[in-house]
Parts: sequence; C-alpha cells; structure tokens
Amino acid sequence: MRDGTAVNAAMIGLIVNGEALQVRRGSTVAAALLNAATACRISESGEPRTAVCGMGVCFECRATVDGIAQQRTCQMECRDGMVVETQR
Amino acid sequence: MKHSFDIVVVGAGPAGLAAATAVAEAGRRVAVLDENPRVGGQIWRASLSKVARDRSKERAVARFEASGAKLFSGHQIVDGDAAGALESWVAATQSLETFSFERLILATGARERFLPFPGWTLPGVFGAGGLQALVRSGYDIRGKRVVVVGTGPLLLAVAAHLKQDGARVVLVAEQAPLSQLMQFGLSLITRPGKIVQGLSLRAQLANAQYRTGCWPVAALGDGTVTGVRLSDGSRTWTEACDLLACGFHLVPNTELATLLGCEVGDHGVVVDADQQTSVASVYCVGETTAIAGVDAALLQGRIAGLAAAGRASEARTLHMQRDAERSFGRRMDRAFALRKEMLTLAMPDTIVCRCEDVRFSQISQAAAPGNGWTNAKLQTRCGMGPCQGRICGPALNALFGWKNTSVRAPLFPLPIAALCSSPLATDDATTLVTQEN
Ligand SMILES: Cc1cc2nc3c(=O)[nH]c(=O)nc-3n(C[C@H](O)[C@H](O)[C@H](O)COP(=O)(O)OP(=O)(O)OC[C@H]3O[C@@H](n4cnc5c(N)ncnc54)[C@H](O)[C@@H]3O)c2cc1C
Ligand code: FES
Repeated sequence: MRDGTAVNAAMIGLIVNGEALQVRRGSTVAAALLNAATACRISESGEPRTAVCGMGVCFECRATVDGIAQQRTCQMECRDGMVVETQR
Repeated sequence: MKHSFDIVVVGAGPAGLAAATAVAEAGRRVAVLDENPRVGGQIWRASLSKVARDRSKERAVARFEASGAKLFSGHQIVDGDAAGALESWVAATQSLETFSFERLILATGARERFLPFPGWTLPGVFGAGGLQALVRSGYDIRGKRVVVVGTGPLLLAVAAHLKQDGARVVLVAEQAPLSQLMQFGLSLITRPGKIVQGLSLRAQLANAQYRTGCWPVAALGDGTVTGVRLSDGSRTWTEACDLLACGFHLVPNTELATLLGCEVGDHGVVVDADQQTSVASVYCVGETTAIAGVDAALLQGRIAGLAAAGRASEARTLHMQRDAERSFGRRMDRAFALRKEMLTLAMPDTIVCRCEDVRFSQISQAAAPGNGWTNAKLQTRCGMGPCQGRICGPALNALFGWKNTSVRAPLFPLPIAALCSSPLATDDATTLVTQEN
C-alpha cells in the first residue's frame, strides 16, 4: 500500500511525507494530517503548527500538495494518489 | 477566463444561497462564488459524520439548485471594483478568472474571534467552530477529551456536535457571567424557538459541565496540548484534555466590502432597509452586516436578492421579521460581551500574530499612545503574514481598539506567477508568500 491508491470506494489513498495513508472519501487534507498527527508547518520561531480555523482564514494549515507550496489544506478535499509534504 | 452575469453573489452560505435563489427566480442571470469546495457556508457545512437532518438546509439547497443560479465552487475572490468586476483565484487550476456584473451581493459571512493567551498556539488548540469544521471534514476525535472555552452561543452548539461525533466533552467554560446571560435569556421570552434550541443543546451535553463566569488562563503542554488552566476570578485550576476548542464569538468578514469602498461600522458592513451598502451597486447580507445567526442571514439574503433584481417592494413584508432577528443579534452581543479579564490574558512572551510570531511585549512596546496598528505593523511585522491580520486584527481591536483600515488587493496571498500574469495591481508586495514550505 505504498503507492497511495484506495483499497475501497469509501476510502482514498494519499501519500504524506512519503508514507501511505488511507482517509475517508470527502475528507480535507487538513483532517487527514490531523488524523496522522502530522504538523503542517514550522512557525517563524520554530513551533509546530496545525489547522486552527478550519475555514481558510488562519493559514496555519499550509502544506505542499502535489508539488504546489503554501496550499491551505483545510479548503482542499483529498484526491486519490495525492502527495502531501509538510514542513519538517 | 471571463464570465458575465447580471448579478454576482459572493458566499454560498445561507445568506448567499437565499439571495441567489431570489435573483434567479426573478429571472435574472446570477452566479454564486465561494472558495469552499461545497455549498452551505459555516452552519450548513457538508459533513462526513452523521449529523441530524437539517430540513431548512435541504429546502434551501433544493430551491437554490432548482432556481437556475450558477454555482462556482473553489473560487476565492481576491480583487474587485464596485464598477463591475471581480477577480477570483481558482486553486484547482492555479488560475485567475474574471466575473463582470451589474450588481453585486456580498455574503462573505463571519469568522471566529481569537484572543491570545499563553499556549494558544500549541497543536491541539483549535477554534471552536474550527474544530467542528475539521471534524465534519474527516478529523476523527472519537474518545478524545475536549474542553471548550471562550464565549458565545457557538460554544454549546459546537460542544453538542463534538459529543455526537464521539468526543468526551469534559467542560464548556463560558466567560460571560450568569447574570449577564440570564438577561439575554429573559429577553428571549419573545422568541421561544431560540430558547428551546438552547435548552436542547444543553440537554444533549448531559454529562459535561457548563460553567459560566469561567475562562482560560493558559493552554498547557509540551509539543501538544495536555490541559488547560482555568479561572473563575477567585480560584484557578487545571483541567486535563486532549483538545482545546476556543472561540470568542464571531467577527464579520468585511475585507472585500472594504476593498470595494463600502462603509463599515462597528458591527459590520453598513446597509439600508433593502440591504444596499453605501456603494449603490453593492448589497450585503448575513453575518457580514452583523452577527445575528442563520435566520437573519436567510431573510437578509431574500430581501437583497429581490431588491437587486428590481423587485424590492415584494420584500417589504419581510422587513419586520429581519429587524427582529437583527435585534436578537444585538442582544446576543451584549450577553456575550467580553469581561475585562479577557483582555489581559496575554503574557509578554505570548504570541499574538501567529503568522510572524510577534509577541505581546513587542506589540505593547509599539502601542504608545496615538500609535495605531499601522505603526505596530511597520515595527513588528504584526499582521503582515499570509492571513493579513485576519486572526490578530480582531484580537488587537479588542485589546487596543485598533482598526485595520488598510485593505489591499490581493485579499489573499497569491503565487507570484499568478500576479505577473494578471491585471491585478498590487502595491503591497509584503502580502506575497514567497517562502517555500
Ligand atoms: C467556524 C464557524 C462555525 C459556525 N457554526 C455554527 C453552528 O454550528 N450553528 C450555528 O447556528 N451557527 C454557526 N456559525 C454561525 C454562522 O456563521 C451563521 O449562523 C451562518 O452560517 C451565517 O450565514 P452567512 O451566509 O451569513 O455566512 P457563512 O455561512 O459564513 O457563509 C459565508 C461564505 O462566504 C465564503 N467567502 C467568504 N469570503 C470569501 C471570498 N473572499 N471568496 C470566496 N468566498 C468567500 C465562505 O467560504 C463561506 O462559505 C458558525 C460560524 C463560524 C465562523
Ligand atoms: S485551518 Fe485556518 S486556513 Fe486552514
């Protein structure tokens, strides 16, 4: 299951920091990262940060999705095979 | 890509859906733009978890879908001018699209107000409505101990939803004193429906404590939240938790209205009886005009939709009901007014601006008498990060009375490539996010 494809129709497979992850179809990327206990970004002074507002205004949930940096993951639904990289 | 409509609505929450439905039913061509991938706004947000059927949502969405209004999801409005054009950023295609219109209806809703307190930037600390939104979009919180703190009617609603989703809600701490809430309760006698709603939320929470006159003084934990220190003014104690949900009522999203030149007052965008703003071609509805709940949003949406379509007189019968809902909102504001202790929670090293990690001591130094936010921004970079002051702005407004009056396009940071290829003019290069993740 390292290729990040879904095992059944209700689930979606994505790759987060190189690890395959299964999430429910319709989940946002921010929810997937929270379920995987993965911080989205490291703040200016070095603190790990995760999603806060859930509605696209705080920008704490930013991550690189399919090669595009700075995406607000709370506004983005997971797609099969999506590749997510967080700041570490 | 360019689109042209008679009327454009920004926001597909209850207010925007009601407005667009009224416009389309009156036979005008209307587009609804929302950055969210699904319709519904905040209260009617799509949910992966089992939520009770909401018939008013089902009715509104069905009527909207049958109306002929055209929906553009995933469109984030980043620029516009009241003379007739908006520019939207579509993240899915990484491109800008233009919408021209004769009239515009703004229904951009509200966001939660956050107040800085020690530890509030720890992972595991969320907005209250924010946590609810994340759970609805797939965050699994079964078995997690949750404490909900802050103020406003949303706290109880959120706690009840989180419990339904399997969380163990340990405590709901409302900062407003019981006496203040009782006055609000009594003034609701004219609105029995709303009291019943409040009571049934309370009942669903059966095992959780609901404490009034109680507030957070610090979120505790190393790397992630493990507890919260609370106070009731006479004693402080610690409550263990896995997640801390905090929200200090709501503030309207007025950035787009400000950019378009609409007058904004203390409670939100200023509108007349037909929901028209100070700019004749622009109407504004729902929480953007003042926090007053979903019923006000629906009524305002319909009134503005009919007015913008040239049928204002048909909406007159709704004005009284709308005014009653708005006065409900004003009573709510008074009931959940912040006590003075809420304005002194931040310690010198508490981060106030999360984007730039600006600490309270830096800001209070810049806050010399006569100095406003512009000064603090220049000296500390507070509010200069990607959220453009959407989180720290309302906090600084509460703490120092500062207002963010300078709103510039793009309203949200855009990749540099998009700016180069667009007609958008920007003179504020600091709003760009250039750092790589
Ligand atoms: C996080 C949160 C959770 C809430 N949960 C509840 C609840 O459970 N129960 C309850 O009674 N009330 C809740 N509320 C209160 C709620 O705001 C109102 O009851 C109701 O949703 C208001 O409707 P509206 O149409 O005015 O705004 P909203 O429902 O907020 O809709 C505004 C819409 O505009 C869109 N938008 C804003 N700016 C832009 C832009 N620049 N470009 C494109 N789209 C944009 C947003 O994506 C959003 O979908 C919540 C509020 C918040 C902030
Ligand atoms: S969680 Fe705030 S922008 Fe995504």
